[in-house]
Amino acid sequence: MMKKAWKGLVIVFVLLFLYLPILVLAVYSFTDATQIGAIRGFSLHNYVTLLTTPELRDMIVGTLLLAASSAVLATVLGTMGAIGSFYSGKKVSSAISTMNQVPVVNADVVTGFSVCILLVVVLGISKDTFVPLIIGHVTLCAPFVFLSVIPKLKQMDSSIYEAALDLGATPAAALRKVVLPQIFPGIVSGFALAITLSLDDYFVATYTKPATFDTISTYVVNATKGSQTTIKTALWALSTVIFLVVILFVALMNLQANKETSERAEV
Amino acid sequence: MGKISFSRKSLGIPYALFLVLFVVAPLFVLIYYAFTNGQGQLTLANLTGFFANPNTLGTLCYSFAVSVTTTAVCLLLAYPTAYILAKSRLKAKSVIVMIFIMPMWINFSLRITALKEILTLIEGNLAYYPFANAVIGMTYDFLPFMILPIYNTIVKLDEPLLEAARDLGASEAEAFLKITLPLSVPGIVSGIAMVFLPAMTNYVVLDMLYNSTYIMGSLIGSYFAAYNWNGGSMIALILLVIICLFTLLTRGAEEEENPRGGALL
Repeated sequence: MMKKAWKGLVIVFVLLFLYLPILVLAVYSFTDATQIGAIRGFSLHNYVTLLTTPELRDMIVGTLLLAASSAVLATVLGTMGAIGSFYSGKKVSSAISTMNQVPVVNADVVTGFSVCILLVVVLGISKDTFVPLIIGHVTLCAPFVFLSVIPKLKQMDSSIYEAALDLGATPAAALRKVVLPQIFPGIVSGFALAITLSLDDYFVATYTKPATFDTISTYVVNATKGSQTTIKTALWALSTVIFLVVILFVALMNLQANKETSERAEV
Repeated sequence: MGKISFSRKSLGIPYALFLVLFVVAPLFVLIYYAFTNGQGQLTLANLTGFFANPNTLGTLCYSFAVSVTTTAVCLLLAYPTAYILAKSRLKAKSVIVMIFIMPMWINFSLRITALKEILTLIEGNLAYYPFANAVIGMTYDFLPFMILPIYNTIVKLDEPLLEAARDLGASEAEAFLKITLPLSVPGIVSGIAMVFLPAMTNYVVLDMLYNSTYIMGSLIGSYFAAYNWNGGSMIALILLVIICLFTLLTRGAEEEENPRGGALL
């Protein structure tokens, strides 16, 4: 239907659009140029700056810690919520699902602003305690954990749980040994999703973070407005590092997926 | 009785409480602030102020224009891409789709920084083309969210259905228009939902590309910066109403999976 050449052209165009900026920046991160377009020599100074500037290091470590802690909290809360709601009556479970849907469809600006109003303006909790920031990020992430666990609960064979009880397991043991292993893939993908949402967030962080703390997003947004070129080009290096980490991660996931399918094929 | 009996239902209590406290309660606070003034007196001034002020109304229109254009451009780019990928007979199809989704996992602020450098190189001064830059930036940011749900619906399409159409004498174009396109509507609706609303509210993309024009999200940002909680709440509430209307409109026609998480599940 579509000519082969056309198909190729569309794919190449979209790929170039998506990747050209990142790749150009990656190339320039290895030079001492302060602006792209200039031809300069090879240099690693951007990477040295990235690793040795305390301000940059704190911001990266802070972002990772925030993502890890809010993702753990979100995963625990979201998973418990999903199990509880799955076994509750129709009214309770639909009430939880409806509330869960609010942060999912809501704009992050509105989520961040409303959490800030309640916690900071009304309740007077200081942003410096990190409480508003963590709560904001859990609010952002937990609903997605909930959404990735629920389908696994629905696919589960409920008779195994009953069988475990009949065979003398306590409900808590049956939950731990029967239910949890079956929904584990959902919990893992929920956790991964929570991490990426927290890492990518700008809005909730802006409205709830302590003034002296920055995540990668808030830092980069402020840095692009400033005129400090050493910081600007060090961020090119950061973008390249993140790009490589993502590629590595995707490659590993594909290897894992291939291994699983070939194992299944052998059986 | 001493022993507390364990119930699976009770596991949901902490999360239900969390949602009531940090999702539902903030919305009520938002409504309260939107309809009061700084002294806590009930007032409609925030609401009438919004609709009486040409600047805020202009912002609303500008947001709609940016959003509609971005969504259209994303759809025009994403549909053929998703279609070609879904129909390709390559073995490593899932890997190739991953390549189109991958940008989603790189921090958006760093990606927009990269785009900004390229656009500056091409345009010289970003201030000359604010609208085009807004659309390019948003498209660059949100395109993967449009490709993924469309790809997911097309790849699940029933191949025999198309073969039957061809056997019964439909041309390729007819088969596409009467079968593939209507059946991919759920994916298109999901994609639109993923792009349209963020494009109205994500003001950092504009900020970073030196756009001096406001969109709805930036109004909240400016009230926030001025500690005007009441005005900000009203804007947030208006956005919330738009979001609700939009969600009701697209509900039902959407793909089941949530596209934001679709890539990982």
